[in-house]
Amino acid sequence: MISDIYYVIPEIFLSLSLMFLLLLGVFKKNSSSTVYNLTLLILIISIPLILNVPSGPEILIFNDSYKIDYLSSFIKILIIISTLFVLLTSSQYLKVTKIYNIEYPILILSSILGMVVMVSSNDLIVFYIGLELQSLALYVLASFNRDNVLSSESGLKYFVLSALSSGLLLYGCSLVYGFSSSTNFSQISFNYDQSAQGIIFGMVFILVGLAFKISAVPFHMWAPDVYQGSPTSVTLFFAILPKIAALTVFIRFLYTPFVNLIDQWQTIIIFLSIASMLFGAVAAIGQKNLKRLIAYSSISHMGYALAGLTTGTNEGIQSSVSYISIYLVMNLAFFSCIFMLKREDKYYENIDDLSGLSKNHPLLSFSLLIVLFSLAGIPPLAGFFAKFYIFMAVIEQSMFFLAIVGLLATVVAAFYYLRLIKVIYFDSEVEKYDTNHSIGLKISLIITTILILIYFIYPNSLINFVSKINLV
Amino acid sequence: MNIPILSLLICIPTIGALFILFTKSTEKYNSHKYISIFISLINLILSIYLWYKFDNSISSFQFVENREWIYGFINYKVGIDGISILFVVLTTFITPLCILSVNSTIKNRLKDFLIAILIMESLMIGVFCSLDLVVFYLFFEGGLIPMFLIIGIWGGERRVYSAFKFFLYTLLGSVLMLVAIIYIYWISGTTDVEKLYKIGIDAKYQKILWLAFFSSFAVKTPMWPVHTWLPDAHVEAPTAGSVLLAAILLKMAGYGFIRFSIGLFPIGSEYFISLVYILSLIAIIYTSLVALMQEDMKKLIAYSSVAHMGFVTLGIFTMTQQGLEGSIFQMISHGIISAALFLCVGVIYERMHTREIKRYGGIVDVMPKYSIVLMIFTLGALGLPGTTGFIGEFLILIGAFKDNFLVAVVASFGVILGAAYMLWLYKRVVFGELKNKDLKNLVDLNKPEIIILTSLAVPSLYFGFYPEPLINTVEVSVSNLINNYNANLEIYTAKSQ
Repeated sequence: MISDIYYVIPEIFLSLSLMFLLLLGVFKKNSSSTVYNLTLLILIISIPLILNVPSGPEILIFNDSYKIDYLSSFIKILIIISTLFVLLTSSQYLKVTKIYNIEYPILILSSILGMVVMVSSNDLIVFYIGLELQSLALYVLASFNRDNVLSSESGLKYFVLSALSSGLLLYGCSLVYGFSSSTNFSQISFNYDQSAQGIIFGMVFILVGLAFKISAVPFHMWAPDVYQGSPTSVTLFFAILPKIAALTVFIRFLYTPFVNLIDQWQTIIIFLSIASMLFGAVAAIGQKNLKRLIAYSSISHMGYALAGLTTGTNEGIQSSVSYISIYLVMNLAFFSCIFMLKREDKYYENIDDLSGLSKNHPLLSFSLLIVLFSLAGIPPLAGFFAKFYIFMAVIEQSMFFLAIVGLLATVVAAFYYLRLIKVIYFDSEVEKYDTNHSIGLKISLIITTILILIYFIYPNSLINFVSKINLV
Repeated sequence: MNIPILSLLICIPTIGALFILFTKSTEKYNSHKYISIFISLINLILSIYLWYKFDNSISSFQFVENREWIYGFINYKVGIDGISILFVVLTTFITPLCILSVNSTIKNRLKDFLIAILIMESLMIGVFCSLDLVVFYLFFEGGLIPMFLIIGIWGGERRVYSAFKFFLYTLLGSVLMLVAIIYIYWISGTTDVEKLYKIGIDAKYQKILWLAFFSSFAVKTPMWPVHTWLPDAHVEAPTAGSVLLAAILLKMAGYGFIRFSIGLFPIGSEYFISLVYILSLIAIIYTSLVALMQEDMKKLIAYSSVAHMGFVTLGIFTMTQQGLEGSIFQMISHGIISAALFLCVGVIYERMHTREIKRYGGIVDVMPKYSIVLMIFTLGALGLPGTTGFIGEFLILIGAFKDNFLVAVVASFGVILGAAYMLWLYKRVVFGELKNKDLKNLVDLNKPEIIILTSLAVPSLYFGFYPEPLINTVEVSVSNLINNYNANLEIYTAKSQ
């Protein structure tokens, strides 16, 4: 038991430093920038800590309730690195919008602590604790800009709907426990009788709750409003991190406790996937606000990530994980561009504000061009490979309907990405934007754009990591 | 030591584009243009060297490079045979002319334009060289991005509509091809074209896979009824864009038919021959009639492109030595002649800012040199003996007569219609009285224009009188292709009996 602690050093480190930061912030006046920079440092330190944990195909600790495997390690690294980028890009935004408070990095830290627990959980209770830890922090983050009506509204909306989904999830967990008399993921799959209706009900409730967290259609209603209302930095956080974590939990649930129910959940996931791909693509066409647009686009992207999961194969899981990794890079790049639309301490977030951007800001527009084509999945950019892996896995299982619907949805989605490019490149220009961006923002934009652009030269870089994940 | 000459051909323009991106140019002395001409000329020389080194007598792929790309899954594989070498040379030949033709019409963002054209060149050469289906798809689709920008940024009034239409039509066609490529990987275990030629694809999937590839190539060719994006794209694109589109982009599809549809799916091709015949004939007759009624010069030439590509698809699917050689010849010839015609239209558009045929007439009095040049290319387009156009159409018709008499007869009418709309266009623009007063101030061709148009006229006439070099280059590869095709069919019919 004591030796198990060795495996959770990163989590312990995160929680201790979180409490330390909280105390520091409370007792030291005007310490927001100290706390912010310390958070960055903590994140950087936790990367080697995670890498240092012996990672094997599967290590179970704490009475099998906690699992360290390649999937969890990979996702944890992904979470930490993307949080690092999120904080790097958004510091200037927070300062300008006057919400540069100590609570912000602390809430983000506690939220990712929850996620880290979530992706490693191998037990219903541990999973739920992780989930709630991240969700509670997210409710506060959504309404972080207290004086803004939209922000408060989005926080409340998110809280109410998310609490509902957590309730459903919890109800599902209790049903599953009731019909399998265990809370342990590995145990559950052995214990239940496949013909029992109760376990299927439980599974459906759990899937619904999780679908809510990744905003898959038809549980997506909250996403556009919350994305639009929250401060942009929080929107970025929302668009990436909870989705990575929830998708990983999806993989965990589908491939450990419910692995024998594949016939039942496959239909559900296929439906979620097709509905998300199509709805996300169609609904985004009419949007005027960039953040709303990205909300719909992320709904549709989640559809693709789910499509990989429908297959029930290792290739499917690997393709979903690659998809989400590339998706997060693209989103980071896109939001870095949005953060640059600043003029005299006011941020612009409508599509019209992009009009003629290429004349005044050629490099920024070029990055946007790359990002948008990549989001649309046009080769040879990274976004194409993300979709390519998904369809490889899907077609291997001969699910042509899903593949063709997915590809047609990319054509529809291409339309609204092209519309943005049209606004940027073909329309007449508006006023210039500021160019005094923070170094962190510039660096993250450059790194992410280059990653997207040159991914095709060495695609093995990602595949080498991902191909280690073998769950089936 | 082997120099990876094909990869060099693909990379040099991109490197040049990067170089241009990071350098500055002054108003007076436009270094970017010279740099890009220089780069494309290097590529031209390199490709001619390649042609010189190329061994006509071998049917297998040459200059093959094979590198691991995605671990254990896809290799970056390029190589050429007698068919693709011609298209590579065509690409490297047209691109410098395109860049040379860029002048005052591209007022803003010349730098971006040159970058787009150079990247485009890389991708186009990549399409003709790639010997792996996934690599091919990457190059094939990647071309959408620069072309979308070329039409959208530097195009005419309705550029946004045209750019969107171009992009979405082609994307929609191609996604099915992607599904097919992935499926081929799962049923055959490889996407390497050479290997697939050897092992063949299971007969029961060939028809559906053929259709998936067809959907992509038919849009790109373009075949009736999915040709409607082409007139729009041509009319709105800047001259250099139209030239690239007509001369090379359309050839990608024809090349794809030869390399993939026929090469990989002989049974599927055999099954759908009649479909291609019907669509080709409709394209030839219908678009020729449509071309007759056009009032916009560029649109007329665009429709004539559709008709000419109808001949190409017809020739390819006759599956005869003459038909296939004729199609390849016709594609090269159309590449040169349509490029020249678009450049000719560009020349007077620059001076008059209108492409409406009505506004012209009688310009032979003010622009005699121009009229001569236009005459050469008009005659080339209608297939007068002594130009490349004739040899292409003639061979295709021979092939068609061998295969199906009726089809050949109908296609022959297309030749007459082609003569009608081209000559009528020429008559309306060049002859007659000089009615429009603005025309009196027209200046005849200047030096760069003469250089460009002559360098297009020379190969058009040279290969028209002496087609041997082109035919020799493709001959072995084509006969090998047809032999493979027939062998595959025989095995299949033997099995099914």
